[in-house]
Amino acid sequence: MTDDELIWRISGGSGDGIASTSQNFAKALMRSGLNVFTHRHYPSRIRGGHTYTEVRASADPVESRGDGYNFLLALGDSFARNPQEEAVYGNEEIKPLSENLDELREGGVIVYDEGLLDASEIPNFDERVEENNWHVYPLDLRGLARDQGREVMRNTAGVGATCALTGMALDHVQDLMRDAMPEKILEPNLEILQIAYDQVKEEYDVDAPDVSVPTGEHDEEQLLMSGSDAISYGAIDEGCRFIAGYPMTPWTEVFTIMTQNLPKLGGISEQVEDEIAAAALAVGASHAGVKAMSGSSGGGFALMSEPLGLAEMTETPVVLVEAMRAGPSTGMPTKPEQSDLEHVLYTSQGDSQRVVLAPGTVEEAYEQSRLAFRLAYEYQIPSILLYDQKLGGELKNVPKSHFDREPNPTLGKTLSEDALADEPHSPDGKFHRFQHDVEDGVSPRSIPGQKGGRFLATGNEHDPTGHIAESPDNRVAQIDRRTQKLEAIRDDLNQEDTGSYAGPEDAEYGILTFGSQQGTVEEAVGRLNDAGISVKSYGVSDMLPFPTEQVREFVESVDEVLVVEMTASGQFRGLVQKNLGQYGEKLSSLLKYNGNPFEPAEVVDGFEAAIVEGDGDASGHQTTFVPAAGD
Amino acid sequence: MSTFSAIGEEREIDRDEYTPGVEPQPTWCPGCGDFSVLKALKQALPEVGRTPEETLLCTGIGCSGKLNSYLDTYGFHTIHGRSLPVARAAKLANPDLEVIAAGGDGDGYGIGGNHFIHTARENHDMTYIVFNNEIFGLTKGQTSPTSPKGHKSKTQPHGSAKEPIKPLSMSLNAGASYVARTAAVNPNQAKEILIEAIEHDGFAHVDFLTQCPTWNKDARQYVPYIDVNESDDYEFDKTDRVEAAEMMRETEESLYEGEVLTGRFYVDEERPSYGAEKQEIGEMPEEPLAERYWDDDYEWERSHDMFLDKHA
Ligand SMILES: Cc1ncc(C[n+]2csc(CCOP(=O)(O)OP(=O)(O)O)c2C)c(N)n1
Ligand code: SF4
Repeated sequence: MTDDELIWRISGGSGDGIASTSQNFAKALMRSGLNVFTHRHYPSRIRGGHTYTEVRASADPVESRGDGYNFLLALGDSFARNPQEEAVYGNEEIKPLSENLDELREGGVIVYDEGLLDASEIPNFDERVEENNWHVYPLDLRGLARDQGREVMRNTAGVGATCALTGMALDHVQDLMRDAMPEKILEPNLEILQIAYDQVKEEYDVDAPDVSVPTGEHDEEQLLMSGSDAISYGAIDEGCRFIAGYPMTPWTEVFTIMTQNLPKLGGISEQVEDEIAAAALAVGASHAGVKAMSGSSGGGFALMSEPLGLAEMTETPVVLVEAMRAGPSTGMPTKPEQSDLEHVLYTSQGDSQRVVLAPGTVEEAYEQSRLAFRLAYEYQIPSILLYDQKLGGELKNVPKSHFDREPNPTLGKTLSEDALADEPHSPDGKFHRFQHDVEDGVSPRSIPGQKGGRFLATGNEHDPTGHIAESPDNRVAQIDRRTQKLEAIRDDLNQEDTGSYAGPEDAEYGILTFGSQQGTVEEAVGRLNDAGISVKSYGVSDMLPFPTEQVREFVESVDEVLVVEMTASGQFRGLVQKNLGQYGEKLSSLLKYNGNPFEPAEVVDGFEAAIVEGDGDASGHQTTFVPAAGD
Repeated sequence: MSTFSAIGEEREIDRDEYTPGVEPQPTWCPGCGDFSVLKALKQALPEVGRTPEETLLCTGIGCSGKLNSYLDTYGFHTIHGRSLPVARAAKLANPDLEVIAAGGDGDGYGIGGNHFIHTARENHDMTYIVFNNEIFGLTKGQTSPTSPKGHKSKTQPHGSAKEPIKPLSMSLNAGASYVARTAAVNPNQAKEILIEAIEHDGFAHVDFLTQCPTWNKDARQYVPYIDVNESDDYEFDKTDRVEAAEMMRETEESLYEGEVLTGRFYVDEERPSYGAEKQEIGEMPEEPLAERYWDDDYEWERSHDMFLDKHA
């Protein structure tokens, strides 16, 4: 934990503008030269309920949420009230303040809207303030905004107060408001921002802030991006111009971003009747020669099981994204978990073949979105991009140059009409779409409308022309060829290890993780090494084909390995175990499944307790330790 | 574009071009009504001027779904009930293709019922042929959504307590712009209706009464049919929704009493197809999207140049 960081938590009710306010504030911090990372927490409801977003800012790179936070801006649940009837939905008046205190660091700052919140209603508030050396600033943010005629702009007043109390200049915030706000609301917002800023400066002596904004500088242009943005841009850059979907949190973010952008590129987006249709549409569009994707979250992805199998059997390229949330069933719609891993690996019947990639960071989300398309189209196989609500929704700064790459619209092994003429055909003129003997197992395809390329795609087993065929020899030849593709993909992926390593190479211990927990684990590894514990980490991002050799090497190179994941049953550890076929006695698990992602300190504590002290008591936080199992 | 040169090719088309060579021979039972659909399609397609290679036939699962094993076009034999979503996406991706979807009554009105309603509602420019034999054929004779009330089968041993589905009314209400019914026993009408359906610019739904002599011996589809457009007893305006709806209601009720009324029940030439609507509002390119992937001169846009500044 560095002291030289601001972790600003803005809390209130859903509908309070928490998301947009925090996004703008994060961007202002980024523009001022800092590295930023956001973490959002919200309930599954439209109005009211307790929600917060943390914006972590530091001159050093940040790849994770922090441990706790040091600045609280507690707005009220204004939107939880029905203005007409003065009704309150639920009894949540003081939550934005009371709910958040446990994680506020010592010496932290509290700004709360005394127009809406009453600290005296919180048990032992004064004692806790004293104990923790908190600095409390009750401000009538609502009154201040109301005086300017816009009560809803309380959040802007809060940002103004934040800037005053942290020593942050207003210019970046003002610029952003000018960029983002329509004329009509811009002026009053700017005014409220300034008034709040001046008022706080005047009223309190804040020349030496209790918590200050660090200073930093970027050496190149930065962008503030979420995993969902990055996945969408990766798809676009890889030439995807067709998407079909049905809304489900949190996949809806990718669906929305793509839908807003595709028409500008002459692409097509379709919101359809259900997820079976959505995936089937993507398959149909791809069959007709377009780069296509669909996606969903757990329950919706379950419906895609059949079209997924159809894509596998017909060797139709398609990319499906799966945005995990806590399950089973509808589970916790707005809470992250990684427990759809096995679902995605094994869904759909038969000896099925697919690629599953799990990016760990926003940058990787872009790269692996592109990779998912490349592999799908080069190898004529469905690729699944598996991520979770955390990675999808978190924002972080990424250099713009990261995205400065060539587009890749190629469809893979498709044949021109000239080339089709030279390919094998049956006596009736049918093109051998599914030839047995081809390099990589990939038999080149034709596109409907091409001369000389006529074939049948079918979910039934079929012969080289595509006709339904059940002869044993053909069956074996076809299934062997389809399986062979996965080996070719494994070789392809091995050209360039997409996993992420941290810590000294010759470390004594190891931590394995996957997906969105990578950044948190890497931060924990840094701290453990600082504390004299020799540990390294490996964030695995290829789930299928699994990088068995790399993981084996990693496991063999250390004495013990902790597997960190957001599941209750240790699904990722199970996958490691299944692929390695041994080393069970070396692997123990640190699990978290309470709806929140790991904080770095939890990984540090869990590691120390489980591995160093060996007693496995990783509690204190809501984490669970599962010791090594033996082979 | 030369890449899809089979599309729009004008030439004499021999019916036999749609016949796969030596193998495979149809596995349908002797006397199966499915043969009539196959034959009618083989007659209709050349008359419309559509070559096998510009035609994409998407089928579902069932005896009916085997259609594209015997009709040699570009084909996609999909999964049970899902021919429509696959077909309509192919049409959006390349509107120049002639897209036809086909399947059974279980496939289309049962498991695929949701897709049926929504495809009709969207009025995609395609033809949908449902082989209505009032039974599940391939899985050996279970009750289907169009089986009559009281129909007994191994899965409904006491006789079905359900009213059969009314497919014509369903598609009219959902928004199909062409709704017709024909019958296997009526090859000329079948061919004519298929020609019209394929040429129709919008969702053309053809409920094709096919007999299944193997599992549905009671079906009253062998009785003589009446063409409502030819008979003086059935005066109605097929372009008028209200009159069409009334005629459909009569038809769908009388079918199970043994009166087989066929013909064009609803024809709306005015309503633009979904693709046209989408182009109109700027949600779909004028040129077929699929062509772009073959255009060496096309400058593929990058997110870096187009969208990233708003994140700065
Ligand atoms: C998801 C799924 N459920 C069930 C089946 C089994 N199945 C195959 S064909 C069929 C019924 C076909 O009946 P229908 O659509 O009326 O076509 P027909 O065989 O009569 O032409 C069923 C239930 C399947 N293939 N897939
Ligand atoms: S079972 Fe019935 S529908 Fe199927 S092929 Fe035989 S007769 Fe035709």
